[in-house]
Amino acid sequence: MATTIIQTEKLVGKRIRRREDPRLITGTATYVDDIQMPGMHHAAIVRSPHAAAKIRSINIKAAAEAPGVVAVFTGKDTEKVGPVPCGASLPGLRVPHHYILAIDRVYLVGHPVAVVVATDRYLARDAADLVEVEWEVLPAVADPEKAIAPGAPPVHPQWPDNVAFVYHQEGGDVDKAFAEAEVVVKQRITSQRLIPSAMETRGVLAEWRGADRQMTLYTSTQIPHLVRTLVSGMLGLEENRMRVIAPEVGGGFGSKLNVYSEEALMGFVSMKIGKPVKWIESRRENFLCTIHGRGHVDYFEVAAKKDGTILGIKLKLIQDQGAYHQLLGPAIPTLSVLMMPGLYRTKNVRAEIVGVFTNCTPTDAYRGAGRPEATHGIERMVDILADELKMDPAEIRLKNFVHNEEFPFPTATGLTYDSGDYAAPLQKAMGIVDYKKLLAEQAEARKQGKLMGIGICTYGEICGFGPSPATPAGGWECGTVRVEPSGKVTVLTGSCHHGQGEETTFAQIAADELGVDIDDILVLRGDTAIVPYGIGTFGSRATAIGGTALYFALQDLKVKIKKFGAVLLGSPDVSFANGQVTCNKMGKSVSFKEVAAASYRAMKLPPNTEPGLVSTHFWEPPNFTFGFGAHIAVTEIDPETGQITVRRYLAVDDCGNIINPLLVDGQVHGGVAQGMGQALWEQGVYDDNGQLITGEYTDYAMPRAHMMPWIQSEHTITPSPVNPLGVKGVGEAGTIGASPSLVNSVVDALSHLGVRHIDMPMTPEKIWKLVAGGKN
Amino acid sequence: MKINLTINGKKYSPDVEPRLLLIHYLRDVAGLTGAHIGCETSLCGACTIEVNGKSVKSCSMFAVQADGADVLTIEGLAQDGKLHAMQEAFWNQHGLQCGFCTPGMIMACKAILDHNPNPSDDEIRHGIEGNLCRCTGYQHIVNSVKAAAAAGAGK
Ligand code: FES
Ligand code: FES
Repeated sequence: MATTIIQTEKLVGKRIRRREDPRLITGTATYVDDIQMPGMHHAAIVRSPHAAAKIRSINIKAAAEAPGVVAVFTGKDTEKVGPVPCGASLPGLRVPHHYILAIDRVYLVGHPVAVVVATDRYLARDAADLVEVEWEVLPAVADPEKAIAPGAPPVHPQWPDNVAFVYHQEGGDVDKAFAEAEVVVKQRITSQRLIPSAMETRGVLAEWRGADRQMTLYTSTQIPHLVRTLVSGMLGLEENRMRVIAPEVGGGFGSKLNVYSEEALMGFVSMKIGKPVKWIESRRENFLCTIHGRGHVDYFEVAAKKDGTILGIKLKLIQDQGAYHQLLGPAIPTLSVLMMPGLYRTKNVRAEIVGVFTNCTPTDAYRGAGRPEATHGIERMVDILADELKMDPAEIRLKNFVHNEEFPFPTATGLTYDSGDYAAPLQKAMGIVDYKKLLAEQAEARKQGKLMGIGICTYGEICGFGPSPATPAGGWECGTVRVEPSGKVTVLTGSCHHGQGEETTFAQIAADELGVDIDDILVLRGDTAIVPYGIGTFGSRATAIGGTALYFALQDLKVKIKKFGAVLLGSPDVSFANGQVTCNKMGKSVSFKEVAAASYRAMKLPPNTEPGLVSTHFWEPPNFTFGFGAHIAVTEIDPETGQITVRRYLAVDDCGNIINPLLVDGQVHGGVAQGMGQALWEQGVYDDNGQLITGEYTDYAMPRAHMMPWIQSEHTITPSPVNPLGVKGVGEAGTIGASPSLVNSVVDALSHLGVRHIDMPMTPEKIWKLVAGGKN
Repeated sequence: MKINLTINGKKYSPDVEPRLLLIHYLRDVAGLTGAHIGCETSLCGACTIEVNGKSVKSCSMFAVQADGADVLTIEGLAQDGKLHAMQEAFWNQHGLQCGFCTPGMIMACKAILDHNPNPSDDEIRHGIEGNLCRCTGYQHIVNSVKAAAAAGAGK
């Protein structure tokens, strides 16, 4: 028995490179489309070219007879499968029956009507072109405000008003607040449709083994377990007979936090033909058929005192739901309502959401999911109020922040903010950019006729989704630690990361707790046959919930390790640290490896203890966590062209304790890029007939490297009391902070020309018109 | 059509349909799935490889056009089990998240340094403007190229 104590350096908090990278940088990782199977067939889907139409007839004869084709299925064949589930529940919610293939009517461009199955990818696509559909084209509506105006064509004939739901939430005494107000500011603010566009499109490979009555479904998803529960139900297959594997997943951003018709459709096809079948979404299909995000028209009103104290907020939110509800669609705008007070103390809020059907792609969770929209709204309104009162935007924010001694702070919308020091990131950011100096520089620039803007956003974010009663599918997470007899450690997590890096951060946590070498730890996820159950990765929850489940599993395991160590040392008086169980009295210790071997060999068991070293913990969070921060954007505008240059971008985020700063930087950069994309370039545009005009990368302006400025990422750290790791979440922070700070900055640059608000994206044309108009 | 080509130093003589895209040949026939398909329309760069020393989007080329060519894909970048300096730099600098754009991005970044061993930030950013990444915001990719350049990858 060893008597030396090995000091291991703690890994949590260290900037270490990722353990998942070797396979990714050598091109040897396995995404869905990389999988081939003996006898594998390929599917191509025939989709509607119209946004609204009746199907008069479908002729599949030519397609069915085409070379290599083994089957063609239409809606009649799949009528009993499904429907595609909507997991959101709101009072009075209208849920259209969402067949996996259209029956007699289509509701959006891209609506699937038939599937062609062939021996080869090219032959499947060839034959899909031979399916003849006779259409009766109907009028469509693609704009939510037009859709609820009288006389609009109904998306679903059974609901002629196109209203999917109306939702009301209220806190405090709003009428009193507005009656007592010395100033009221109002503004219509939109948050345009965005297309998430993960670089890997969706893909599904279904393998049915009839003799075993077992299905394996490979799908590019953020939520393999929920897909298993829901898709097995859609297919009428017992849940335990379906195994869902999310192999390497090439980005999600919420767009793969869903259950899609193609997942059930491939399962159906494989059961019919008795062979594996693969469908890989084309980029065009991804634009049309994978969920979109945002799609808000918000009418804000803010009541305040002359000194800038915010008294109350009213919001009417029109949410473009698209033609159907996908998994969480209707719940997303309710998150906007929860977040609408931002970081401010006001207790008087009233919100009404009108969810509207349009003949467009369904909207659902896209990075931030409701919180960027809310933050954009309140942060724009605070700037508008500051402008009205001739106050400094930083000063008005500092005046209204929740005070440090008020945590845990109950909000007007029923949340409890866990911990914070909301002034800290703003003050830090102002210090870093030298705010006073910037203001002086701006005044000087204006004198010279130059357009320079300084934009501040201070945001709060519901992270760590979340307590189960507040979520549609359970909000806990599951972590398992399995110590193998050799002392190697396997971590199984229900979090299903797809780029976030939990193979590294979770290994850091486990290495520290067990005092073992990080190279001895393997983190597995994304396979329902391996992981007991899991909710998945979204809503900035992986570390806060999944990491905490792992932490508690490790604590249970440590108790057992000590028991076995005590037996080996022959003394009950032991401690476990740095990978050694030690009896100080005896001056002896046994290694983790020796304990692992003994626990499986089971020659002598501790009292009331089972052999082996495995521990599973399902952790239910008592609350959300609430990250916050301050972003500052400095912009310059070329009056001749309307071109915006982001001269400086600073993000000061407080995401609680940090497990790996390198990965947190990456999350912030990527998040800011997506928020900046919304502010400056991206927009999902439909014409009046419901045709998606921005349906390819040629027309949808996703940020490219040369468009992005340098992003400076800094932090303040306020640990969350909600979990023992003290973490909050950071995946969406960048996106939430970016759009308001940029729009506030550009509006600031143009404010002396009488500009008070600009809707996104702030294209050069839009800006040039404002500059030209302002001069007139 | 019968073609002959060398991929990562190994000779291949397949019989391919004239319309088969090079990326589909590499992935589905040759079993080299490192290069990815993000758009199939030459707009995303996920399929970037090298053909006769030139950076090429392999979705915009037919396999038959590679007849007689010397092809390098991400799988051929590491030599004798040792990572290429650009791969090492992407790893060290956290130049990737989901990894889907990464094989194409690494090949495009290698091509930048092959022509310009010490590029400026601006030259790097313009050098990869044909490669989309939705995860990283590009900053750590720029850092990766700078680190690879400092390690002498372009020499
Ligand atoms: S797949 Fe070739 S450029 Fe996108
Ligand atoms: S790392 Fe995910 S797209 Fe670049």
